[in-house]
Amino acid sequence: MNQKRTGSLLIRGGHVIDPAAKLDATMDILLRDGHVADVAPSNKLRGASSETFDARGLIVAPGFIDLHVHLREPGQSYKETIASGTAAAAAGGFTSVCCMPNTLPIVDSPEWVTWLQLPDRRAVVNVFPIAAATHASKGAVLTDFRALQRAGAVAISDDGRPILNDAIMRETLRLAAEIGIPVIQHAEDTRITEHCSMNESPTSFRLGLRGMAASAEASVVERDVQLAQQFTGSRLHVAHISTAEALKVVRRGKRNNIRVTCEVTPHHFSLVDEDVGDYDTNFKMNPPLRSAADREAVLVALADGTIDAIATDHAPHALHEKVVEFERAMFGITGLETALALAITKLHREQKIPLTRIVELFTAGPARVVNLKGRGSLARGNYADVTIFDPKKRWTFEVGKSRSKSRNSPFDGWQLTGKVVATIVGGRVVHRTD
Amino acid sequence: MIAIRKDQTSNIPAIAPGSLLGIEHMAAAEIMSLLKAAARMNPRRSRPPLRGKRVLLLFYEPSTRTRSSFEIAAKSLGAITTLVQSSGSSIEKGESLLDTVYTLRAVGADILVIRHPNAGAPLLAARHLDIPVINAGDGMHEHPSQALLDAYTILRHKKTLNGLHITIVGDIYHSRVARSAIHLFSKFGAKITLCGPADFLPELAASLAPGLHLSRTVEDAVRGADAVMVLRVQKERLAGKKISLQEYILKYQVTAERLKLAKKDALLMHPGPIVRGLELTSEVADCAQSVIVEEVQNGVPVRMAILARALGKGKDGR
Ligand SMILES: [Zn+2]
Repeated sequence: MNQKRTGSLLIRGGHVIDPAAKLDATMDILLRDGHVADVAPSNKLRGASSETFDARGLIVAPGFIDLHVHLREPGQSYKETIASGTAAAAAGGFTSVCCMPNTLPIVDSPEWVTWLQLPDRRAVVNVFPIAAATHASKGAVLTDFRALQRAGAVAISDDGRPILNDAIMRETLRLAAEIGIPVIQHAEDTRITEHCSMNESPTSFRLGLRGMAASAEASVVERDVQLAQQFTGSRLHVAHISTAEALKVVRRGKRNNIRVTCEVTPHHFSLVDEDVGDYDTNFKMNPPLRSAADREAVLVALADGTIDAIATDHAPHALHEKVVEFERAMFGITGLETALALAITKLHREQKIPLTRIVELFTAGPARVVNLKGRGSLARGNYADVTIFDPKKRWTFEVGKSRSKSRNSPFDGWQLTGKVVATIVGGRVVHRTD
Repeated sequence: MIAIRKDQTSNIPAIAPGSLLGIEHMAAAEIMSLLKAAARMNPRRSRPPLRGKRVLLLFYEPSTRTRSSFEIAAKSLGAITTLVQSSGSSIEKGESLLDTVYTLRAVGADILVIRHPNAGAPLLAARHLDIPVINAGDGMHEHPSQALLDAYTILRHKKTLNGLHITIVGDIYHSRVARSAIHLFSKFGAKITLCGPADFLPELAASLAPGLHLSRTVEDAVRGADAVMVLRVQKERLAGKKISLQEYILKYQVTAERLKLAKKDALLMHPGPIVRGLELTSEVADCAQSVIVEEVQNGVPVRMAILARALGKGKDGR
């Protein structure tokens, strides 16, 4: 532990899965001065470092990247702070997180983008801000994308406040294309989802809850794909995609060589609307849990490459915001510490999706979406961000032990397979379990 | 998927026995024993089984009949009642539902009766209280005491619910009365036909209980029915909908002529409040087959039975 940035670390005997480098073999990895110094077959690097990490029986992967987290700072540190949120990220194997701008205030200026990255925030993993597309995410006046990008923003998004106005979305995509920054859309036609608190389904009817139609997602994705293809260099990314209909649109777009990518959350590939049970607010999020058929479509899209990344949409909320009437409860659940285990349990073990594909969805996939240079792969010279996990370890998630400040997880008490053993950021071990 | 989830009973607190949160999760036998207990209740004769007990009526929505019915039922059993309404209380100042019910428990409530605009609110309260909670209507979810009094009313005219053809016409989507009634009638083997325009009766409604039949034509729905339950239609809810008010009246209003298509001895029911000239004609509301007033009367003994059961006094009425 406590490797200095200037030190070196040899990760010995692990099974390296690095999809971007097409590596899937037992290798040693030498980290030095915050970068990957060498990757070589076992024992070639013996003695290259004073510090070694015995990774025999474990998977060694590029550091995981989460494209969608809510760290709640500035303004809502009672839910989460950058320090607590990134500690949860480290425990979940994430070495980089992209944080959404829907804070108080909204991150719509270069000053706030800079503020998020200051050492004072005490982040334990890399934080890449996503900046608002419009002032205060009100969907009216565009922010200064170039200045935001210069300050460190890796994407533009009004997450939680979909850009519905055609002209504004068109302008957002056009200007973002000019500087090569991706636009992330929370695809929801809020004009038809007002007062809704779950998916429109037999369960919503039974509970007497207004239901969100699946078409509210697909129609926005459809419109955005149409707009995106008008501008060369435009990069549209669909956040937390959840419906079969919307996935069809993305698949078609990709086939037509439109630069559209999408992410899915662990809860959307693990749960369905029925799991809401009798008003369990830990199953309330937006987009909502969908039908079994939608989940099936998500599983197919994960396997066939339509989906580019697994992103948690980690959305911590305080108890008093969740232990209330279902319709009044905040949308969102925490997810950083359960993502990998759900992927292994639900996708690898149940659906037989290969581990290499799962690792890709946590690494090379998201790195490509936001164009993170030097991350998402363990190629020589890249940042020394590494996630080491045991794909066979069975464990029980206990939300009471979460590093997050919040407790709103539907997975409390779940027995899962696959556990993070170590998380290394810039050559430093920031999380370790035995 | 359920298999790997922890047993929910271990982290969700138990609900106090005697609570009445909805019809959906009730067994038919339990419903029947409540209805039988109701038949033994007589609001005119003073019965003291709840003497000295405090029944708190927590009403987040205005209500005339349900509130007064519960109040009279509680008083007829010898209980003390206190009404807490959202206006003029700490609720208006932003107090949460749970803080409010904890307070009411602390002042000595033995039974809490809740009417709330949000579905699931009484269940939330029940999960956090050690006293029985009675749902007096929650959002679009359930209104169990209404369904029970409707069943009670039908059984005063018909031998059994089993095999009865019951038609429900109107705004089923927004109706907690409809959801509770459908669950109840379905548990006893009634044949249920639901009728209304798509905005008020989405196809999804068919999934609520086994053997539901959906109809868009009121004549077809009413034909041969043993009971026709008409639901209130709120004008505001037709705003912006595909169907206009005029069209609704034309296609779905229960008129004397349409009611003739039902069995001769069919009951005409309505949970109230009624809007004459909208969902039904004035003539129908007052016709010989109408049991609308009787439903209100029956509400009292049924709610007496519910309150007595809440404190374990339901079995022999003492
Ligand atoms: Zn979102």
